[in-house]
Amino acid sequence: MKGMTVVVKTIASWIKVLIFLFGIYIVIFGHLTPGGGFAGGVILAGSYVLLMLAFGREFAEENLSLGWASRLDCVGALLFIAIALFGLVFGAASFFYNFIQQRYLADKQTALELISAGTIPLSNIAIGIKVATSLFLVILVMSAFRPNESE
Amino acid sequence: MTIFYILLLFIIIGAIIAVETENLLSAVICIGAIGFGASLLFLFLKAPDIAITQIVVEVLGLIILIRATIARDLTFISGDREFFGVVVSVVIVFVIFLAGIIVLQTLPDFGTPAFTKASVPASEAYISEGLEKTGAANLVASVILDYRAYDTLGEATVLFTSIIGATVILRKRSRKLLEESE
Repeated sequence: MKGMTVVVKTIASWIKVLIFLFGIYIVIFGHLTPGGGFAGGVILAGSYVLLMLAFGREFAEENLSLGWASRLDCVGALLFIAIALFGLVFGAASFFYNFIQQRYLADKQTALELISAGTIPLSNIAIGIKVATSLFLVILVMSAFRPNESE
Repeated sequence: MTIFYILLLFIIIGAIIAVETENLLSAVICIGAIGFGASLLFLFLKAPDIAITQIVVEVLGLIILIRATIARDLTFISGDREFFGVVVSVVIVFVIFLAGIIVLQTLPDFGTPAFTKASVPASEAYISEGLEKTGAANLVASVILDYRAYDTLGEATVLFTSIIGATVILRKRSRKLLEESE
């Protein structure tokens, strides 16, 4: 299980950056264009899965180890809850209150700009990190698991 | 309108083949065809957000399934089915079919969502005030991360919990195997 042929490896090493960039674009522009945290996170996970299929599991684990993936997973989940709790603290005492938009951006005309919509892009980034690392963890864990060898 | 029926027929035929075929790999490929048909359906229903998510998750799910199928030789279930089991499943399917006919008659027509039947439809408020109140140009994002952010939090929690479960269960065994091999 040391990866595929040299053709696949070369193409994968060119394409992985483009897939990763496209995932970041989908996450960051989630409040302006179709997509958002979940779809972008799956694309980010897909770039790592491409690495894992082309170069083997050890190479992918050198880039993003199991421990760091689970840590980033927890960071994404905590970031999302932190955004919700900030709305509770700074806003009108309601969970998920969009305090940045209501306090600082409500008077300005920020429609269709990258920095707009208050907490929505921040939540998108949190969900993107969470989904990307957790789906990468699924593939990593499932490829480590071999039921036939236990028999 | 006809494109929906063609796609639905394609999805149904794919599902039947996926159930009936004996080769597990072709069943997995049929499931992929169902997913791509569903994403095309979402695209024609003017829901690009869901179409993108569907197609991306489908690709990743297919990779997981094919990897899980190809890597090991699998035992096929063969032989006749039990008579009692067949009778029970036919009865259950028939009851669900009758209930489905009754339920589907109460649904509104195709293309007129149940939201629009209410006296003060919530979707109208989202469309007319969403950009002002949340500042997000993508109304879907403003609904799932502002108006209905609780749902997204629940969704993220479900994903998080399932990943923790999978990591704990699968990693323990593989670690034991690693220790034994050393």
